[in-house]
Amino acid sequence: MSLKDQKIMALRAALAAVEPHGVRVELGVPRLDQALAGGLMRGALHEVFASPSHEASAAGFVAGLCGRLGGPLLWIRQDYAGLECGELTATGLFELGLDPARLLLLRVPDAADALKAASDALTCAALGAVVIEVMGSPKQLDLVAYRRLALAAGESGVTAVLLRQAATSSGIGGAETRWLVRAASSEDDINWGQPAFDVDLQRNRHGPAGHWVIQWSCDDGVFRPTDRGAVVSAPSDRPFAAPVAEASAA
Amino acid sequence: MRLTAVDRRAADLGLAPGMALASARAMVPAVKVMAANAPADLRLLEKIADWCDSFTPLVALDAPCGLLLDVTGASHLFDGEQAMLDRLRRALKKQGFAVAGALAGTALAARALARYRDGTVVPPGRDSEAVSTLPVEALDLDPVTVHAFRRAGLKTVGQVAGRRRAELTARFGSGMVFALDTALGRADLPISPRLPLPDYRAERRFAEPVTDEKTMLATLNLLAGRLGKNLEERGEGARALQAVFFRADGSIRRLAVQTGAPTREPALIERLFREKLDALADPLDPGFGFDLIRLEADRTEPCRDEAAALGSETVPQKEIRALVDRLTARFGAHRVLSFEPRDTHIPENAFAAVPAQYARAGRLGWEKMRSAGEAPCRPLRLLAPEPVSLIGGEAFRWRHVTHRIRKLEGPERIAMEWWRDAAPDRDYYRAEDENGRRFWLYREQGLHWFLHGVFA
Repeated sequence: MSLKDQKIMALRAALAAVEPHGVRVELGVPRLDQALAGGLMRGALHEVFASPSHEASAAGFVAGLCGRLGGPLLWIRQDYAGLECGELTATGLFELGLDPARLLLLRVPDAADALKAASDALTCAALGAVVIEVMGSPKQLDLVAYRRLALAAGESGVTAVLLRQAATSSGIGGAETRWLVRAASSEDDINWGQPAFDVDLQRNRHGPAGHWVIQWSCDDGVFRPTDRGAVVSAPSDRPFAAPVAEASAA
Repeated sequence: MRLTAVDRRAADLGLAPGMALASARAMVPAVKVMAANAPADLRLLEKIADWCDSFTPLVALDAPCGLLLDVTGASHLFDGEQAMLDRLRRALKKQGFAVAGALAGTALAARALARYRDGTVVPPGRDSEAVSTLPVEALDLDPVTVHAFRRAGLKTVGQVAGRRRAELTARFGSGMVFALDTALGRADLPISPRLPLPDYRAERRFAEPVTDEKTMLATLNLLAGRLGKNLEERGEGARALQAVFFRADGSIRRLAVQTGAPTREPALIERLFREKLDALADPLDPGFGFDLIRLEADRTEPCRDEAAALGSETVPQKEIRALVDRLTARFGAHRVLSFEPRDTHIPENAFAAVPAQYARAGRLGWEKMRSAGEAPCRPLRLLAPEPVSLIGGEAFRWRHVTHRIRKLEGPERIAMEWWRDAAPDRDYYRAEDENGRRFWLYREQGLHWFLHGVFA
């Protein structure tokens, strides 16, 4: 090991010591958690893009993340998202294993209001997570807005999840992680398995990017690898790597 | 067409309400006529009544053109009755109204005096003296009775009052005698105020009108502190609060906020009003400034002390409630929602999104549909049923996109509630397309297909 490598190792250890304990939540998929350096970071901003016409799957993935984070949940959604992608249902959330009694739903007319409400809600440390569901790419969602959300989340320790429906990822943004989510087919042709997601981790501040097929286990509230999910691996040590080609197509 | 009202100059020229327009034109060719608009007049009167609220909370409308104010216990705030009446008349005149006013022991006496002796203030107990010199018309009786009095030579109220009561009752009925008694201050008829009197209120007057939002919020904080002290004495907290801003030029603005639990903390109340002010579609326009700001508690509930409540509610719960209150003040109660289960199997009615401020833990629990290890039986996102067309049983077309069905499961028959409305039964199917997306489709009467929701 060269001196340079040793230095890097020492710096990494120092950084890991700075991070408060218990700040990461394991999602349940070992390789994914490894890529995330232990799990999803609390008190940070995470961005989830829905693949075109896979809006419900993205919402399901976000619900799963919030289920892992635990605590009361505030779901802020733009009116148009309710019309276009359907209303969030309490029965559906309950079937996924979340407690609807711990959910607050805020309907706002536009993205500006959604961001305003989010920065207020993120000061309330009693919440577990705040989901901000916006349609398209509103002009209010600029770098300043990202920065503001990330700062507010960091200060209170409440996790912010920005759910982007009908939007294409432009590459900007100050999110801790950025995901692109689409539905994945059931494992076999006969049985109805658990909800499955094809997730593409496009940006990861503290680890490599990657691509996984995972499923959400409604019974015990964790993500699980599918048999096919294991085939994908990401190049290690390349935090801003370009997304790996969809290996699951193989 | 007839005249409904005339101004002073027209009255001097001999025009009077009730006169035909044609004869008025014949008498005064230059007469200027405007169409009467009774609803608009009433609205204006209500606005004036709102403004009068800064003198006393007990204001009653006396349509079509009068207001009755109960100033009992309020006159000392304005340096006495005479000064108060003068101030009120002056201020209204300045706003461009023709005003006549009087102050007396009963509402009817004051009204009679206002019409015939503008500006009179009757000392306590001297009502009958003041009213008895007025003409009988001042009693506001029906024209037949007044005519009868005139024929009998009874021209003033005093002369009528001089007759024996038994005679009057026999001839004109007890209603007329009661009207006479009230006018003379012998009986009292309380006015019915148009706004209910709040239990708690605090207000602050400004010699120099304020225009600055910071000062307004600081004032609200101060008033909330005073209100809170009163509430605390009675062991109560406010659930609904109203701030009333009286602008120097007479227009007033009310802002209402509600809380999820009884509150008396000034900082919390100020924060709610700040959210409200921030989110107003038409901002509070101070114009030349507000000269009076008032805070009222419209609805109160018993509220235990913080110390006693320590065990029952945790800090996080309190924080979330405060957040709900803030969001509600900003966006309105219909936008801040929480979910409650409902006792029905109709999918779209199985839960209700209710305003989070009013949500209570219900009797019903959530009912699990799926068995262990199975996929969800209810969709995460529910749409208004959208018609889809089925293509040969292998694909369906929804929103201009063809989805090839890889898996189909069903039917789950859900019968509509026939005792509520007679809708056809639905056969629900779960379908997965080639991309793994899962849809919830239903068939009505065996032929029409609809898409009702999408699974995660």
